Amino acid sequence: METLIQQLINGLVIGSVYALIALGYTMVYGILGLINFAHGDVLMVGALVALQTMMFLMGMAPGMSPLAMLTIALLVAIVVCMLLGFTMERLAYRRLRNAPRLAPLITAIGVSFLLQTLAMIIWGRNYHTFPQLISTTPLQPIEGVFVTPVQIAIVLASAALMVGLLLLVNRTKIGRAMRATAENHRVASLMGVDTNAVIAFTFVIGAGLAAVAGVMYASNYGIAHYGMGFMPGLKAFTAAVLGGIGNLGGAMLGGVVLGLVESFGAGYIEHLTFGFLNSSYQDIFAFIILGLVLIFRPTGLLGERVSDRA
Amino acid sequence: MHTNPASPLLQLQNLQISYGGIQAVKGIDLELYSGELVCLIGANGAGKTTTLNAIAGVLPVAGGNIHYAGDRMNTVPPHNRLRRGIALVPEGRGIFTRLTVEENLRMGAYTRNDKAAIEADLERVYTMLPRVKERLYQVAGTLSGGEQQMVAIGRALLSRPRLLLLDEPSMGLAPLVVEKIFEVVQSVAKEGVTILLVEQNANLALEFAQRGYVMESGKITLTGTGAALLADPKVRAAYLGEAA
Repeated sequence: METLIQQLINGLVIGSVYALIALGYTMVYGILGLINFAHGDVLMVGALVALQTMMFLMGMAPGMSPLAMLTIALLVAIVVCMLLGFTMERLAYRRLRNAPRLAPLITAIGVSFLLQTLAMIIWGRNYHTFPQLISTTPLQPIEGVFVTPVQIAIVLASAALMVGLLLLVNRTKIGRAMRATAENHRVASLMGVDTNAVIAFTFVIGAGLAAVAGVMYASNYGIAHYGMGFMPGLKAFTAAVLGGIGNLGGAMLGGVVLGLVESFGAGYIEHLTFGFLNSSYQDIFAFIILGLVLIFRPTGLLGERVSDRA
Repeated sequence: MHTNPASPLLQLQNLQISYGGIQAVKGIDLELYSGELVCLIGANGAGKTTTLNAIAGVLPVAGGNIHYAGDRMNTVPPHNRLRRGIALVPEGRGIFTRLTVEENLRMGAYTRNDKAAIEADLERVYTMLPRVKERLYQVAGTLSGGEQQMVAIGRALLSRPRLLLLDEPSMGLAPLVVEKIFEVVQSVAKEGVTILLVEQNANLALEFAQRGYVMESGKITLTGTGAALLADPKVRAAYLGEAA
């Protein structure tokens, strides 16, 4: 019973991070039909920029409260990632807007390599310890079940950001323009929408969410390095496909479901395989899910929008 | 905005447009004066839709000029042409099927910030199109073709256009619905909006329009008042289904 609740908590925590990243994939796909494979690396840049900022602040103002430090580091990471998202769209993807679909896809993989290499040049090849500014001392709400304040913060912040995003997309003028542009660029421009600006805005919002997710991911595991974006990026992409790519609610659901499956899988894989595999094989669950979804329900749990995109 | 009443609101000079590697419009001249309702008729593939798209700015101009309210518009992006008062109701209506009817209408007012006036204009659209009001919170994709056409026209009106471009508003609709749509078009024209109407239903279009242009494989071959074109034996033979 404790194991069950413990895995539920762990799954919810990592699932919220996947959901935040998945939103970036799904928003860009919804509006451009592009899988931005460099999205995971934006997360890495967010984590490393936050790390750098914390280091700087610790040197400059050692007396600063950890919470203030974390907030500043987070804000710097968000701004840098938003600029990165904007630049990426402007320089790499915009000129390929009308190119065959394979061209922007391969470009995205290229951008991913570029970001990883740049990060490696700047921050080196080593794993960096990510400062734990929110307490990681586990609380024990139930005997045998552990949850850290970091984990609580991750779940609450993710939930708040997701609600905020839904309000932005469904209740504001720019959100309406985003949905209109996603459905038909040409007609949206006939309504007076500067579709290039809306597309850039979509990249910027997605990158901002990835920055937060990066800081969460690094805080949760306590490490950061130049290749850290690859795996969560791939898993969040799986989550987006699982929920139905192009669908915001789907990305949130897909992220949480994937986090739970992975966590329960890791918790019980030893029993299931009679000790043949242990919890370090937890990554296989994401890809088993990706395979199954693509074979049996390619539109995902909530999606029915894949086929109508050119 | 002060423009000489004697100068046209819209002027196309030797306009050429290439589309998909072929020259679809091969140098046409067309003039539209403030307050006019003018139609552009012709067979499928004559270049009518291409012309409207170029005026609205969603297709690039290959040669010649588009002048609107005294300014050359050739390279102005579509969202800025809308701000200047050019609204296009595209062929096939171009409804945002996943947005609600109300959201579709509000998209028409996207460039405006005068909240009170937008609400007032919405009310006017509702009175003009009562069928639309009944379906405000429905996703627009669930509407019938005629209702979608109404929404498309209402949406264009919410931008408060000076020049309204209508691309085949009768396409695929039942005769009774077409009649309704043309009543709406006429009431819009009466309010002083200048209209350029593209139609395959030449009979209907020429009846409503003050003047007409006939387009054939990328060129304008005939022009005159609606009544004169209706009486023209060549037009009757080619577009009104009469034996020559």
